[in-house]
Amino acid sequence: MPPETAVKKADLKEEYTRFVGRKFLIMLIFFIGIIVLAGVAATLGSADISVGEVYAAILAKFFPDHFHATWFVDTIVWKLRLHRVLMAVVGGMGLAVAGAVLQGILKNPLASPFTLGIASAAGFGASLAIVLGAGFVGGEYLIVGNAFVFTLLASFTVYGLAKYKGITPETMILAGIAIMYLFSAMTSFLQYVGTSEEVQEVVFWMMGSLGRSSWSKVGLITVVLACCMPYLLLKSWDINAMGAGDETATSLGVNVEGVRVICMALVSLITACIICFTGTIGFIGLVAPHMTRMVIGGDHRFLLPASGLMGAILLLGADTVARTILAPVILPVGIMTAFLGVPFFVYLFMRRRKEYW
Amino acid sequence: MVKIKIKDLSFSYGSNKILDDLEIVVGDSEVLGLIGPNGSGKTTLIKCIDRILKPKGSIFLDGRDIKTMGRQDIARYLGYVPQSSSSVLSTTVFDTILMGRRPHMGWRVAEEDIDRVVETMELLNIEEFALKDFNELSGGQKQKVLVARALCQEPEVLLLDEPTSNLDLKHQLEVMEIIRDLVRKTDISAVMAIHDLNLASRYADTLVMLKEGRIYATGDPVSLLTSGNVRSVYGVEVVVIDSFETPYVVPIRSLNGGKASG
Repeated sequence: MPPETAVKKADLKEEYTRFVGRKFLIMLIFFIGIIVLAGVAATLGSADISVGEVYAAILAKFFPDHFHATWFVDTIVWKLRLHRVLMAVVGGMGLAVAGAVLQGILKNPLASPFTLGIASAAGFGASLAIVLGAGFVGGEYLIVGNAFVFTLLASFTVYGLAKYKGITPETMILAGIAIMYLFSAMTSFLQYVGTSEEVQEVVFWMMGSLGRSSWSKVGLITVVLACCMPYLLLKSWDINAMGAGDETATSLGVNVEGVRVICMALVSLITACIICFTGTIGFIGLVAPHMTRMVIGGDHRFLLPASGLMGAILLLGADTVARTILAPVILPVGIMTAFLGVPFFVYLFMRRRKEYW
Repeated sequence: MVKIKIKDLSFSYGSNKILDDLEIVVGDSEVLGLIGPNGSGKTTLIKCIDRILKPKGSIFLDGRDIKTMGRQDIARYLGYVPQSSSSVLSTTVFDTILMGRRPHMGWRVAEEDIDRVVETMELLNIEEFALKDFNELSGGQKQKVLVARALCQEPEVLLLDEPTSNLDLKHQLEVMEIIRDLVRKTDISAVMAIHDLNLASRYADTLVMLKEGRIYATGDPVSLLTSGNVRSVYGVEVVVIDSFETPYVVPIRSLNGGKASG
């Protein structure tokens, strides 16, 4: 090999290594952003405590010898605020990863967990519980259980319909849209027959809120994410290949239909676990992956984890603003995600670096 | 050695028979051109060989029945270059080509994989686009990237579906020359569906002429590209000039006033 090309080759390799290194750096920045934002979020509220006190209270739990906090701060942080903050983190993470995976396997930038009729199915399940009091599990989990079961039911129906014609992005999206309209119509019907209090509760549920968070719910979502993420990350090469078309992916050794079905099942599970507790928080699943793609590129090995971090930042930021902007009134976070996310999204969209998005 | 052996291959979409009882053998270091009018089954045949479609009959890759091979094994033996490719969501050229390493690598990208991508990019002269978005490239550049991706698979046989459609004159020749040089230098073979009879004549070692899903004739360009064959397969009256190294086909007019089959 002549020396000149050897130099060129080393340059190109180095350039690519830098290109990949930059992605790790971006993820690190996102991660630090979450830590800082979480601390700030935990300080905001009617009780006045400082960021330092918050971190001390958190660390005191793990290292009681080195840090300590007053009983008052400890209670505020651990009993009232921290689980809500973490709910925003894991919820945002799950919804964003779900969106990124769906956009990848359906090759559609408009796909989100809600494209497959998931949101309207959850909404219908909740309405059924609120208006008719009917559901699969009774007691305090009536609404949650209904939302969860109907979400999965919608996914199975989409899968069944698509299977009949072949699992392609087009069949899945069309089946999803049909399911979405069906459940929306049924929800409208329930709202029509319900009393005004019931209708109000349904509408409020569908706006999404983190007000119902608890440590056990955070734990459950974390476990589900921890179980699903490894598979999704493992298959990120396959999702990359599917972006070039089903035939190309097949020729590269990918079991296209298998990967698509399993990914869809996991995404439905993640989404169902989150929105059954929070109500339908839109926007994060659609926009967090796009924002992330603009800064980190389309390689799903990096896009999936980074989207998760971005989703956590978005939902945590939105919830923090929703809690404080009209305090003591707490706005539904579903409204805030769009209010905050859209300007940021438009900003990135206007100045996007063409090579990466 | 025989790279690909196809026996009794048939394929239908529903009741519509596309390929009917084909027998083809692809040898070492051979460029095999598939020619025939639109709808004669060239693209379908390429997809059947790569098992993107599942035909009846048997295909042997290096003596192994393709039905007994896993997708990953097939991907290491056959590199597929689609007619065109675009991605809704963007990827860089480097990442697109790196995807060709998928059959060989795990989740982590090894040094060797990156080396192979860089080498292939240099071979095809596309290293300057490395970090550009694939969708921003011109048709010719895209085609080269797709060829590069298939080469990164280190396959024994390249399957190309009309690699020169959408390309200007210079890129047509460039892509064909790259493929022929590769076949000459290494012992890989290439099977390509191709529309342009004169490119086929110039760059293919063997031609298979398809008509309505059947093999009409097989042979080298000189014996196959006669005005009689072209007339009955394409329904076009041509003059074949043989003062060049390979036959040169000049179309004169369509028979049946444009109602020719095809």
